[in-house]
Amino acid sequence: MPIILLILIPFTAGLISFFIKNDYFRRGLIIISSGIHIALTCSVWFKQPPPLLNGYFALDDTGILFLTITSVLFFGASLYGISYLSDEKRVIEKQSTYHRHASVEATFTGCFLLFFSTMTIVIVSQDLAVLWVAIEATTLASAPLIYFHRTKRSLEATWKYLLICSVGIALALLGIFFLAVANTADHGNMLLPRILEHAGNLNISWLKAAFLLFFVGYGTKMGLAPFHTWLPDAHSEAPSVVSALLSGALLNCAFLGILRSYQICYAAGLGSFCQEIFIFFGLLSVLFAAIFILGQTDYKRMLAYSSVEHMGIIALGIGLGGKAVFAALIGMLGHSLTKAGLFFVAGNILSYYRTKKISDIHGLISGKIRTSAILWIIGFLLITGTPPSGIFIGKFIILKEALLHGNYIAVLIFLAALSLVFIGMSRIVISMTQGVPNKNTDTATDWQNAFFRLCPSAIFFILVIVMGIYLPNWLTQIIETTAKKLGGF
Amino acid sequence: MYAKVTQLILIFLISPFLFGVINRIKAFFAGRKGIPLLQTYYDIFKLLRKGAVYSKTTTWIFIAGPIISLSALVCACAFIPFAGHRAFFSFEGDIVLFIYLLGLARFFTVLAALDTGSSFEGMGASREVQFAVFAEPALFLSLAALVRITGTMSLSDIFANTTINTLTTLDPAILLVIGALFIIFLTENSRIPVDDPNTHLELTMIHEVMVLDHGGIDFAYILYGVAVKFWILGTLLMSIIFRTNSGIVFFDYAVFIFGMIVLAVAVGIVESIMARLRLFKVPNLLIVALALSVLALTLTMRI
Amino acid sequence: MNSWVDLNIIAIVLMNFMMLSSSRIRICIRVVAIQGILIGLMPLLAGVHSTTYASLVSLSISIALKGIVFPYLLLRALQKADIRKEVEPIGGYPLSLLMGVILFLVSCWLSSRLIYAKPLFSNLVVPVSFATFFTGALIIVSRTKAITQVLGYLMMENGIYLFGSALLGGQSLLVELAILLDIFVAVFVMGIAIFHISREFDHIDTQNLTELKDWVPSKQE
Repeated sequence: MPIILLILIPFTAGLISFFIKNDYFRRGLIIISSGIHIALTCSVWFKQPPPLLNGYFALDDTGILFLTITSVLFFGASLYGISYLSDEKRVIEKQSTYHRHASVEATFTGCFLLFFSTMTIVIVSQDLAVLWVAIEATTLASAPLIYFHRTKRSLEATWKYLLICSVGIALALLGIFFLAVANTADHGNMLLPRILEHAGNLNISWLKAAFLLFFVGYGTKMGLAPFHTWLPDAHSEAPSVVSALLSGALLNCAFLGILRSYQICYAAGLGSFCQEIFIFFGLLSVLFAAIFILGQTDYKRMLAYSSVEHMGIIALGIGLGGKAVFAALIGMLGHSLTKAGLFFVAGNILSYYRTKKISDIHGLISGKIRTSAILWIIGFLLITGTPPSGIFIGKFIILKEALLHGNYIAVLIFLAALSLVFIGMSRIVISMTQGVPNKNTDTATDWQNAFFRLCPSAIFFILVIVMGIYLPNWLTQIIETTAKKLGGF
Repeated sequence: MYAKVTQLILIFLISPFLFGVINRIKAFFAGRKGIPLLQTYYDIFKLLRKGAVYSKTTTWIFIAGPIISLSALVCACAFIPFAGHRAFFSFEGDIVLFIYLLGLARFFTVLAALDTGSSFEGMGASREVQFAVFAEPALFLSLAALVRITGTMSLSDIFANTTINTLTTLDPAILLVIGALFIIFLTENSRIPVDDPNTHLELTMIHEVMVLDHGGIDFAYILYGVAVKFWILGTLLMSIIFRTNSGIVFFDYAVFIFGMIVLAVAVGIVESIMARLRLFKVPNLLIVALALSVLALTLTMRI
Repeated sequence: MNSWVDLNIIAIVLMNFMMLSSSRIRICIRVVAIQGILIGLMPLLAGVHSTTYASLVSLSISIALKGIVFPYLLLRALQKADIRKEVEPIGGYPLSLLMGVILFLVSCWLSSRLIYAKPLFSNLVVPVSFATFFTGALIIVSRTKAITQVLGYLMMENGIYLFGSALLGGQSLLVELAILLDIFVAVFVMGIAIFHISREFDHIDTQNLTELKDWVPSKQE
C-alpha cells in the first residue's frame, strides 16, 4: 500500500494542480504532497512494504536508499520552491507591466509533482522495462520545468535536454531488448529478482552488449562524460530549484538504472568486464569536469560540471569494487544533499543579482545576502571534499581502494582532477565572495521567505557534515547490503 | 559458330536503330512527326564520307581516342550474351575484362577530350569522371550480386542461368539489381535525367561536350560507339527482365530484339516525362544506385 | 524464407535511403510513417505471433500511432512553423547517403557477430533493424531542423521495434503499450518545443541554438 501511495499522491496532486487557479492553494499542494511522501518514506524504513502487482513494484534496500534521498530532496525543494515561486512572481510584477499568465506557474507545479512521481516509479519498479518507461517519463516531465523562464536560452537548453536524453534512452531500450534476447531461456522475462535467480543461464555475449547499451543510454542521462553535453546547459538554464532536483535526484535515478543492469551482470559473472567500463568512464568524467570547471564563467555551469565530476567519482567507486562501492554510495548521498543545497544558494544569489556571470559578482560576504554567502562557502568546501563530510569519506575510501588495487594511473588521474576542481572552484568562489560588494542593487529583491530560502541548504549541509563524523548504524547497514549486491563488501 | 557470328552481326546492325526509336517516341510525346527511324545510320554514313579537321594543339591521342574507345566497345560486344545464348567469346572471369573494356573506352574518350586543351572539354571530362566514380562501383557491385546468385564469373553463364530471369519469384536481390542497373544504364548512356544527349553548347552537358571537337570520321566512330554501348548496357538489363527460352533460336532472337526496342521506348518515355536533374543532384542518384547494388550484394551474401 | 517478408524488409531499408536523400520535410514525415506501418505489419507477414488477441491489439495501436497520429502531430507542427524544406545537411546529401550505405554494412557486420538462440524469420531482419537505428541517429546528428531530428528519433524507435518484433514477439502487452505511450508523449512534447522554437527564433533551425557553450563569456545582460 505505501508504494501505491508514494506514486499516486504526487501524481494526482500534479494532475490536479494543472487546473488550480489559486497560487497559494497550488503551492500548499506541493508542500502537503511532499510532506506525506517523506512521512511514508520514513514508515518504509520501519516496515518494508510488500511487493505489488506480481512484484513489478517493490522496495528493496537499494530502493529504500534512493527513495530516501529523493524524498528528502523533494521536501527541501518544495520548501525552497514555494518561496522561489512567490518571489519570482513579485519580481516580474514589480519590474514590468508584463503579467505572466497564471498557467505558467500551474504547468510548473504540475510538472514538478509529476516529475516527483515518475522518479518514485523509477525507484520502486523491479521490472527493467517499467524502469525504462519511468526514466523516459522523468525526462518528459522535467523538460517543461527547464523551460520555466520562457527565454531563448532556456528553450535551447530544453531542446538539447529532450533530444539528447531521449536518444540516450532509446539506446537503453535497445539494451532491454538485448537483455530479453540474452534471457531467452526464461522467455525474456524482465523482472529483476527473477533474472538474478537465473543469472547463470543468461547468454553472455548478448548480456555484454546489453550492458554497454544500458551504460551509454542511462549514462547519458546520468551525465557521464562524454555523453554529458546536455547537462551544463540544462542545469544552468533551469530555475535553481529544478537544477537542484536534476542534479541531486534525477542523476541518481539514471544511475539506479545502470546499477540494476550491473547487478544482473555481476550475478552472471561479468563483474570485471563491467568494472573496467565503470572505471574508464568514471575517470573520463572526472577529467572532463576538471578541465571545464577551470575556465568557467557561469557559476551554475560550474555546479553542473561538479555534478559530472561526482558522477564520475561514483562510477569510479563502483568500478573499483570492494569497499569503494560503499564509498561511492556514501559519496552519492553526500553529493545529492550538498549539490542541492548549493543550487538553492545559487538560486538566492541569482535572484538577488540577476546574473549568472561570475565576473559580475563580488564581495558577497560583505554584501546584503551574507548568510547565503556563508552557505556558499561551506557548500564549496563540502563539495570539494573537505573533511569532515560524507563526500570526504567517499573520496578518501575510493582513493585508498584504488591504491590497494595498485591502479596507480587511476589514482594519478583522480588526484590531479580533484585538485584541478578544487583550484577552479576556489578561484570562482573566492572571487565571488571576497572584494568590494557590487553597487547595483536596483534589481535586488527583498525576500519575504528568507527562512525557507536558507533553511533547506543549511540543513542539508549539516546532514552532510554529520555524515562525515557519525554514520548511524541503520544507514550503514542499508548501504552495506546495497553494496554487497554490487560487488562490494 | 554461325549462330555466334549472327549474334555479333545483329548487334552491330541493329544498335543504331534504337536511337531512332527513342527519337520517334520523344517526337510523339512532343506532338512532332520526328526524324526518320534510320536517321542514325544516315548520320554515320554521312560522317564517314567526310574528312576531319584537327587543331594544331592536339596530338595523336586525339585521333586515337575515338578509335580505341570504339574498338574497346566492339570487343566488349563479343562478351555479352544475346538472348541468353552464349556470347562470341566467353571464359570464367570474362566479367572483369568486360568491365575494364568499358572503362578503357571511357578513359580514352576522356583523354581525347583533355588533349584538346579546351577548358570547356576539360570540364566535361571532369564531370564524366566524377560520375564514373559512383557509377562504376555500382556496376561492379550489381554484377557481383549476379555472380553471387549464379555462382559463375562468366557473363554468358550468368545470363544463361534461368534463375535470374524469372521475375515471378520476386527475389528482392534481383529486383534491386534491376533498379541499380537501370540507373547505371541511364547514366552511362548520357540519357535524361543525368545528361541530355540533345543539348549542345550548354554548360550542363557531360558527354556531348567531351566530343565537341571531333569531326568527320572520328565523330562517326564516336556516334557508333555510343550506339553500341547503349546496346551493351541494355543487354545487361533486358537479359534479366525480358527474354524467352523457347529452344527455337531465331524466335528467341526476335523476342530479345523486340525487348530491346521496348527498352528504347521506355527510355524515350522517361526522357519525355522527366526533367534533367540539376548537376549537383546527380551524385545523389548514383549513390542510390550504389546503395541498391550494395543491398543486393549483401542479400546474396546472407541467403 | 518468406519472400513477402524479405520484400517488406527491403522496403524498410529503401525508406532509410529515401529519408537520407530527401530534402522535403513533408516527404520525410511520410517516409517515417510508412516505415512505421511496414514494421508494424512485420509480425503479421512473418506469422510469428499474429494469433493472440493481445498482440493484435498492440500491433494495431502501434500502427495507428506511427502511421496516423505521429504524422498528424508533426505535420501540424510543420504548418505552424511554416517550413517546407530541410536545408542542406552537414556534409551534403551524397555524403549522408554514402554514410547510410556504410552504416548498413556495419550493421550487417555487427549482426553477423551475434549468435541467435532461435531461428529468425529472416536473416536480414536484424541487420536492417540496426541499420534503421543507426540511420535515425545519423539523421539526428546531420540534420539541423528540429523537426527532422524528431523524425530521426522516431526512426531509431522504428529500428528498435523491428528488432523487438523479430527477436521477441509477444512480450508483455502492458509494457509494450507503456513504451508506446512514452514515445507518444515524447513526440507530443517535442512538437510543443518545436512550436516554441519556431516562435522564439522565427525558424526551427537548431544550428542557431548555439548560445549555450563553455569558454565563451555569455552575452546575457
